[in-house]
Amino acid sequence: MKTPGPDPRTGRRYWRGLEELAGTPEFRERLEREFPASASQFDDPVGRRRFLQLMGASMALAGLTACTRQPKETISPYTEAPETVIPGRPLQYATAVTLGGVATGVLVETHEGRPTRIDGNPDHPASLGAADVFTQAAILGLYDPDRSRTVSYLGEIRPWGDFPGIIREVMKAQAPRRGAGLRILTETVTSPTLAGQIRDFLSVYPEARWHQYEPVVRDNVHAGARLAFGEPVDSIYKLHEADVILSLDADFLAPGPGALPLIRQFAARRRPKPDEVAGMNRLYVAESTPSSTGAMADHRLRLRSGDVQALAVEIARQTGLWVGGGHAAPPATLAARAQRWVEAVAKDLLAHRGRSLVMAGTGQPPAVHAAAHAINDALGNTGRTVVHIEPVRAEPRPQVESLRELTGDMQAGRVDMLLILGGNPVFTAPADLSFGDAMQKVALRIHLADDEDETSAQCQWHIPRAHELESWSDARAHDGTVTIQQPMIEPLYGGRSAHELLAVLMDRTGKSAHDLVREHWIASAAAGQQGPGFEAWWRKCLHDGLVPGTASAPRRVTLRSDWAAALSETAPSVQAEGTFEIVFRPDPAVFDGRFANNGWLQELPRPITRLTWDNAAQVSPADAEALGLQNEDVITLRLDGRAVDAPVWIVPGHAKGSVTVHLGYGRRQSGRVGQDVGFDASALRTSSSPWFARGLTLESTGRTHRLACTQTHQSMEGRHHVRAATGAEYARDPECVRHMGEEPAADMTLYPPFAYEGHAWGMSIDLSSCVGCNACVIGCQSENNIPVVGKDQVLLGREMHWIRVDRYFEGDTDDPEYFNQPVPCMHCENAPCEPVCPVGATVHSSEGLNDMVYNRCVGTRYCSNNCPYKVRRFNFLLYQDWKTPSLQMLRNPDVTVRSRGVMEKCTYCVQRINQARIASQREDRPVRDGEIVTACQQACPAQAIVFGDINDPESLVSRRKAEPRNYGLLAELNTRPRTTYLATLRNPNPELEKD
Amino acid sequence: MSQIFHPSTNTISRASIFGAVFLVGGGLWMLQQVNRAPYVTQAFVTREQPVPFSHAHHVGGIGIDCRYCHTTVETSAFAGIPPTKTCMNCHAQLYNDSPTLEPVRASFRTGMPLVWTRVHDLPDFVYFDHSIHVNKGVACATCHGRVDRMALVWQESSLLMEWCVECHRHPEVAVGPRDQVTNPLAGAAAQHAAMRDGANLLKQYDVRTRTDCSTCHR
Repeated sequence: MKTPGPDPRTGRRYWRGLEELAGTPEFRERLEREFPASASQFDDPVGRRRFLQLMGASMALAGLTACTRQPKETISPYTEAPETVIPGRPLQYATAVTLGGVATGVLVETHEGRPTRIDGNPDHPASLGAADVFTQAAILGLYDPDRSRTVSYLGEIRPWGDFPGIIREVMKAQAPRRGAGLRILTETVTSPTLAGQIRDFLSVYPEARWHQYEPVVRDNVHAGARLAFGEPVDSIYKLHEADVILSLDADFLAPGPGALPLIRQFAARRRPKPDEVAGMNRLYVAESTPSSTGAMADHRLRLRSGDVQALAVEIARQTGLWVGGGHAAPPATLAARAQRWVEAVAKDLLAHRGRSLVMAGTGQPPAVHAAAHAINDALGNTGRTVVHIEPVRAEPRPQVESLRELTGDMQAGRVDMLLILGGNPVFTAPADLSFGDAMQKVALRIHLADDEDETSAQCQWHIPRAHELESWSDARAHDGTVTIQQPMIEPLYGGRSAHELLAVLMDRTGKSAHDLVREHWIASAAAGQQGPGFEAWWRKCLHDGLVPGTASAPRRVTLRSDWAAALSETAPSVQAEGTFEIVFRPDPAVFDGRFANNGWLQELPRPITRLTWDNAAQVSPADAEALGLQNEDVITLRLDGRAVDAPVWIVPGHAKGSVTVHLGYGRRQSGRVGQDVGFDASALRTSSSPWFARGLTLESTGRTHRLACTQTHQSMEGRHHVRAATGAEYARDPECVRHMGEEPAADMTLYPPFAYEGHAWGMSIDLSSCVGCNACVIGCQSENNIPVVGKDQVLLGREMHWIRVDRYFEGDTDDPEYFNQPVPCMHCENAPCEPVCPVGATVHSSEGLNDMVYNRCVGTRYCSNNCPYKVRRFNFLLYQDWKTPSLQMLRNPDVTVRSRGVMEKCTYCVQRINQARIASQREDRPVRDGEIVTACQQACPAQAIVFGDINDPESLVSRRKAEPRNYGLLAELNTRPRTTYLATLRNPNPELEKD
Repeated sequence: MSQIFHPSTNTISRASIFGAVFLVGGGLWMLQQVNRAPYVTQAFVTREQPVPFSHAHHVGGIGIDCRYCHTTVETSAFAGIPPTKTCMNCHAQLYNDSPTLEPVRASFRTGMPLVWTRVHDLPDFVYFDHSIHVNKGVACATCHGRVDRMALVWQESSLLMEWCVECHRHPEVAVGPRDQVTNPLAGAAAQHAAMRDGANLLKQYDVRTRTDCSTCHR
């Protein structure tokens, strides 16, 4: 097989990985196998003879299996039925799931009181109906069998009843000292009730201190706002209003607090009809690490994170903003290419005054944030594309500073009792603070946490925390909107919430979280809701999943005249020769490590790298070549005398001279999934530079570490699957996408055509708006009971995801373009899998679904072999956990739990189709367009996936498929896929296109 | 040299080759029959229950409608097993000291459910929905038989796929008037031309043959 050359029709050349581009023999071998790396042969010690014996025995037994009787089953009805529960039909309750304290409104599906799935709440401003990977995977966190189950003191099980007594003693001793020895450490708190409780506590014990620390710390963002406006406002972006967007190392499309509405707004302006191309937005991204946002950029400038400040200065200067004197000439760090880029961007920004937006990344220093605010202000964007609001968090103090103060107090022996409410500071605190050691000087250490982690190990008391789906609380969204969190289920292991623990501190033991939250809202509800009206108001808030009128008020802020002072004070130093910059990023799957024990997230291929089950030191191809590094080589990263070993992963498009590491791995004390996975990047992270630092050196160790990457799995043989055009090309010739491939005529088949009367289900996936966030993958996994297989199996290419997000590179390895393509089963009308099945286990339905019948499947895998899209998944082993009781509760009861030896694949969520059909027929009406929403579609924040009846010309899916951008993947094979794609459109700046 | 095999060997070997076909065929047939037999399908086998609840008495004798207890049969996949409260609606007054009903009273007192043995148990890869069948005019008795005559309930049908598919291919044999679905006689009557009005009802209720695999398997 040859490596693919440029497509003669487009002149573009797409490639998936560096191995493919290089055409290495290993890659070719892998391509030629359906499942790479010996997946199709026995190379374990069992051997051929044993295999034949087993086969013989199983053949003999196979005939008898049909004669099994159903085992005895029982039914336990309610003793008194709750009014709202209809057995067999799920209910949805509104609540919120938080990340870094910030809420995303969700609807939780419960089956007879058992939560099984988390979807976005369409009414909630932070969700708009979508849910990101973290939010959806929280349901697995609830049922995590490794959650801690009991209160423990020095590792011994203790009854909860012992705890309040201990606290009472401490409080009695502290009362005369006005609580001088008391410290509370929390994660970011937005909960009005919790904040109120802590403030009450502090008013009783005024010498006590409350510290907050979040590893994905937003101190720079807040400090930037202070620099620019003199107050720590939060910023709300309105991407749908912006024609030109400049991201200064801001990965705003990656899952995180407040990202879902941004993706929705961004995507809405990426899918124009041919006559609406002028309405497309344009995205410029300057970043070091290729990110989801960079992948969507029309123009991406790779730049070390440390050089972004110089770029910001330059943009400010060229947008006519620069006023300060005493600044040097254009910084030398900007290369000629970057200079040209900056000029074009500045011109574009100036041409779109009031309709443009500059965003700075969380990790960028405050000065860059201030510059971004200043540029927005100068361009008249403030109030139009960016609105500043009152800070959402309850305590706007800088967190790293606060943690340093706490560590200092502990070192000095000023702390008698440390109460840690959630979080894992021993693992996540900056390495230079030695938080764990300092903590040992505290007499009484109490940790409230989901599982027994690194911090619990250093505390005497460990209190299991009630999951967010188990307890009452409240939380605010990125825009301030409050959601009252209601429990879906009683705490599985008797967990307690932070509210209850604080009540113990205040000697109000026994107060339930429900009482506390309700009390808070009775006290602070608006005037009209007081008294008898409260109950109705409360119930409405719970039902809707938000408290109306709680969004933070917009604030009028004025730019400080001295905002630029910090820019010159903190002018970046020049990077020394032979050293590198290290960039810390929250992991797109395990975040700061809190999701390390979540199998769904560990096995989720990360955007861009497609790595699973590991983090890596990401380097640019040029640096790798210069240092003689290859993928999977283990190197020692050394920074300021601290060192950590990490495997190398070469990432096309990574900035030269920069190395990216993801946080959240190398957990020393976690559950069976997350323990000792990857390396602990936070060992190099210091409080002075939590996001990037200079002076990193790399040393080869000569060892290698295998990384489970799905990048080249399920290969599609180098054909050209992604079609892309620029907006201008598309406007000029709307048919240009169609001309990029061939589609055989409809009658090119020997068989008579099948008339799909009634419904004909189909799907359309818009590649132009897909940001590759993986929400669909987790949405599907949650809905369809898809198992986690583990790193070893992923290395064999046996991951089970029914929908994968393929990522393609185009162009130069140093500076490629990126394309995402979600690939589920295509439900081909001429499905190649069907005629090869010897037992009729995969057949077509009258509505055009490619049905997979598990109970017929004997596991020949012929279908998978014959599938050109490689979307079929085989249960090589018993991947499902059939034994762990808590995981049984997780399963969707409407979908079969598959066993070993069975093929499976995307069903178009046939359970939802059937339910909608039954519901409509019960009501004697046709199925409405939009009534059936597949799990991937439901999760998608970009609304890139649309499902419906293609026989109905008015349905949304039909209208999408009628767009000229529509094309079928590998349509030239005459498979007639029901899932089709809308080609990617990019909106490059003609001025920059020339190079 | 004498022959090793006696001439009769010819006949014996012919007969046994011929016979083997029947033996294998017969064996397969036997297997099929065993598979369909109540021994495997558990049809007509009454089950022990915590309380010997008699449908014959409550339905046949008193004439309580199926839906008084199986409340969700029209709205959910699951017909619903009544909560203890439903029993106590009457039995708080009637036979309220009967020792047979002690488990019911105990359940109501303690809040612990009565644990019934499942009679109709489909394999886990089959998704049956009561509501759609009832709404399309398939009477309870069509599948469950004359429950009004069963003291302890047994499974009237084989619940094998061939039994399901029979009606899914020819729905006219099972569809009757909607307002008669809970009539214990309706099942038998559905077979009775006078009552079912076949093709007309199919049109009226928009009943179609549904034989796609994914109709039941998913």
